[in-house]
Amino acid sequence: MSQQVKVGKLTDIDPLGSRRLNVNGLEIALFRLSDGEILAVENRCPHKGGVLSEGMVCGPVVHCPLHDWRIDLRSGEALDPDKGCIETFPTEVRADGTIYLTVPASLLGASGTDTHIA
Amino acid sequence: MANKRKKLVLVGNGMAGVRTIEHLLKLAPDLYDITIFGAEPHPNYNRIMLSSVLAGGASMEEIVINDLDWYRENGITLHLGQAVSKIDSDNRRVYAEGGIEADYDELIVATGSDAFILPIPGADKEGVIGFRDIKDCVAMQEASRKHKKAAVIGGGLLGLEAARGLLNLGMDVTVIHINEYLMERQLDRPASIMLQKELEAQGMKFLLKKQTEAVLGKQRAKGLLFKDGSMLEADLVVMAVGIRPNVALAQRSGLAVERGIVVDDYMRTNVPGIYSVGECAQHRGIAYGLVAPLYEQGAVLAKSLAGVPVDGYAGSVTSTKLKVSGVDVFSGGIFVEPEGARALRYQDEIEGVYKKLVIMENKLIGAVLFGETGEGASLFSLIKSGESIAGREKELLLGLPADALASGGGGSGTARLEAMPVDEIVCGCNGVSKGDIVSAIEGGCTSLGQIKGCTKASASCGGCKPLVEGLLQIYAGDDVVTVKEGICGCTTLSRDEIVADIKRMGLKTVKEVMNVLEWNNDEGCSKCRPSLNYYLGMLFPAEYKDEKESRFANERYHANIQKDGTYSVIPRIYGGVTSPTELKRIAEVAEKFDVPLVKFTGGQRLDLLGVKKEDLPGVWEALDMPSGHGYGKALRTVKTCVGSTFCRFGTQDAMGMGVRLEKAFERMNAPAKVKLAVSGCPRNCAEATVKDFGVVAVDGGWELHVGGNAGIHVRATDLLGFVKTDDEVEEWASAFLQYYRENATWNERTAPWVERVGLDHVKQVLSDEAERKALHKRLRDTLDRTVDPWKQIVNEPELRKNFERLPAAEVVSVSAADRNDRKEEESA
Ligand code: SRM
Ligand SMILES: Cc1cc2nc3c(=O)[nH]c(=O)nc-3n(C[C@H](O)[C@H](O)[C@H](O)COP(=O)(O)OP(=O)(O)OC[C@H]3O[C@@H](n4cnc5c(N)ncnc54)[C@H](O)[C@@H]3O)c2cc1C
Ligand code: SF4
Ligand code: FES
Repeated sequence: MSQQVKVGKLTDIDPLGSRRLNVNGLEIALFRLSDGEILAVENRCPHKGGVLSEGMVCGPVVHCPLHDWRIDLRSGEALDPDKGCIETFPTEVRADGTIYLTVPASLLGASGTDTHIA
Repeated sequence: MANKRKKLVLVGNGMAGVRTIEHLLKLAPDLYDITIFGAEPHPNYNRIMLSSVLAGGASMEEIVINDLDWYRENGITLHLGQAVSKIDSDNRRVYAEGGIEADYDELIVATGSDAFILPIPGADKEGVIGFRDIKDCVAMQEASRKHKKAAVIGGGLLGLEAARGLLNLGMDVTVIHINEYLMERQLDRPASIMLQKELEAQGMKFLLKKQTEAVLGKQRAKGLLFKDGSMLEADLVVMAVGIRPNVALAQRSGLAVERGIVVDDYMRTNVPGIYSVGECAQHRGIAYGLVAPLYEQGAVLAKSLAGVPVDGYAGSVTSTKLKVSGVDVFSGGIFVEPEGARALRYQDEIEGVYKKLVIMENKLIGAVLFGETGEGASLFSLIKSGESIAGREKELLLGLPADALASGGGGSGTARLEAMPVDEIVCGCNGVSKGDIVSAIEGGCTSLGQIKGCTKASASCGGCKPLVEGLLQIYAGDDVVTVKEGICGCTTLSRDEIVADIKRMGLKTVKEVMNVLEWNNDEGCSKCRPSLNYYLGMLFPAEYKDEKESRFANERYHANIQKDGTYSVIPRIYGGVTSPTELKRIAEVAEKFDVPLVKFTGGQRLDLLGVKKEDLPGVWEALDMPSGHGYGKALRTVKTCVGSTFCRFGTQDAMGMGVRLEKAFERMNAPAKVKLAVSGCPRNCAEATVKDFGVVAVDGGWELHVGGNAGIHVRATDLLGFVKTDDEVEEWASAFLQYYRENATWNERTAPWVERVGLDHVKQVLSDEAERKALHKRLRDTLDRTVDPWKQIVNEPELRKNFERLPAAEVVSVSAADRNDRKEEESA
């Protein structure tokens, strides 16, 4: 089971920029690619936990700010020569520019109504 | 996003027009549906090379620039052998003679020129031709098979090249020239006389000061009649007396036409939606007849059609080379000294070398070279840059470094090629630098043909062939093929090549550089993007808008990122000198924001470590101090000792000088971080001799030290010099830093840079007072445009928002559908 949450507007994120979001303790980074696509991943580098939201976005890839690992934002996989993987979350940008994020229901509590998001 | 494409039509399938299209396709491949009409039955070929084709140095196939596949691959509709006869600008449609028509949204007229045929009796006879296209070339080749005697009317570039070609085809050739000496539009008299001697030695005959009155013969030309009554036998007459912009179509279609089609700085004609480039266009009164300026026009037009910001075309200074083997001639700028100018000449009739420089107010404004033209490209770039050559005149004239001259040594061609800077243009037609060629060689090219293939060098006029061959010899001599590495994996280009291309093509954004220079990674990487961002900001401090998305986290958030994602904050403390009030405020801020650690840094200031990202703007606001840039490739600290203010040994006010320098250079971006220090006496308590720029006070003045580093590889500074006044310290420091900013590779600190370019070189540049002041001024102009980044972020909500988390999320729907979420499957 998964749930869609509304997280903000397209204009909240600069092109090639990123914003952070905390969903019940899970740090998520939202990235805006050059063509306006929004991708969401767990904000934790598989290497040593670097905050990916602070990294440089090149195409669909983010460079971790700590040691420059490259993470594919679509698959969550680290690119060669590094190995590792992080969680990704489906996103949707509606016509009015609102961004929706799909997260596993387990994250939001069983009923899905209990949304204390920090 | 798939907008309907606009329709772009090009009339004239020649060098300028197609080059514009090539450039446009690089910038905006999907913007237009493109249709091209060409009167000639050939794809776009290199007109310049017709001289070589005629002389037997190249085949027709070799001179094709864009073959038919190219048009196909780029989705271009091509109508060959279809001259456009009418433009209906009201309905935006063109009509060709063969009955084809096409609608346009934007139209480029690039119809080039026609050879000017003298309006004399008999000019329409068989055997009388111009020298303009493949058809003319074929006609000359055929004539040479049946006939013996050729007359070329016109002793300019084109005429001499035609004559040389006809000699090669075995004809008896006479050149008729109306003037007293040859190529008077490019050469002064001494050079011209030497040229004539050389060509006579090759078998060319000349009739000078002769005016042709008529072509004799029945159906076919048999000879020429001159005004003085004399005659010449000839069964082929080539008229090379000039070109006429081809404006018939434009005139008929209501475009404003003077000598050429009148265009503004954006190549717009007076009719909306219609542009013109090439020899048919007249810009600020000039219709050019050489490709280099036409390509510059094309670049401007391509950018505006692509919707890329572009400065208008401002006209060009031109240079020419004569493409006749065995004769090296170069001419550029103003080569006959105007009033107020001085000339420097060198004439050696034994070796057949003549050189002349024309100098006005210490600047090179023109040059003529005969016999030895290797310096042509570098002289031409001096003419264009307009920099001062004071003190270097003789060296430039003789082509030797000043010290070689003094010691009586001669500079061989090899030495000169080796010393040539990598960004110097070797092939002016195609803008190919020495660096391009060297990298082609390093990339495995071992023959002239291969180099032509991958760089286009010498593929146009071929005037640079000797230089390219020289470079081949030096860099591929022992077949040592080392693979060339670019600045990162996205490109094979080096820093110097990139900077040269940015300047030459006027590229204005990171994206544009990556596009035009054909990055193999569309959006670059964390190495090239910050470096391009730096180079652009350095080159265009006024226009360039810094791209924060191309900066590393530290420089984007103006603080040092730590391993847990928090940041550290180092406010600026000028010269390490603080006050009780300032210290109290820092202490209060640290308490208010629960800063985990406060530390004195190695750079004489305080560091608040472990600040949460969302607190950064608040901390900065509360501190109310400028950023210390402890995170940037920028000026860091200026360390000082107490100096004469308190110290018993101090000879000068080191603190005062340190504060002054820090205020002068704060916010300065650089290829790498820059650290300064000022010590009050040679005991050097501020460790000035391991800084990028170190100042050590001595009695009566200041010693200036450069290129030190105390980091990974410790390097003590070199002594740059000694100055007496405080103002001089600032001026020299500023000039040094700016010269470094303009020339170092991104991420290269001053220590390796000074080692690479040599202290002597740096000294030589900076000791030229005019140059030093110019550098100082450029840095000042750059710095005066900067603002404190912390203040800016605090005050601008658009920037400040990036420090905050997105607000709490609101649940909108619950679904059990599997959304292809890999992790979900795992947890299910
Ligand atoms: C804070 C400070 C250490 C301290 O607590 O004293 C410091 C901290 C860092 N230094 Fe340093 N350097 C500090 C003075 C120095 C000095 C001494 C000096 O400036 O007088 C040096 C040697 C002098 C020199 O640069 O020549 C120094 C040589 C380096 C180097 C090696 C540079 C080199 O060219 O060899 C690096 C690595 C780099 O820049 O790539 C580095 C990098 C770093 C970074 C920025 C690592 C990074 O990229 O994140 C450290 C940030 C720690 C953090 O989390 O905030 N730091 N670092 C000092 C800040 C000075 C200031 O007030 O701005
Ligand atoms: C022999 C020779 C040697 C040269 N050497 C040099 C040199 O060393 N260095 C240098 O810089 N320059 C040199 N030039 C000049 C250079 O070739 C020109 O400046 C350049 O080709 C001009 O480009 P363009 O696109 O304006 O015109 P062109 O290349 O002439 O292209 C115009 C095209 O438009 C076509 N056209 C005309 N009217 C119509 C119409 N109504 N409909 C459709 N098509 C039409 C023409 O047929 C032609 O193909 C040389 C020229 C010649 C002939
Ligand atoms: S020496 Fe500099 S870079 Fe290394 S741990 Fe210390 S502060 Fe960090
Ligand atoms: S933590 Fe991301 S690369 Fe090291």
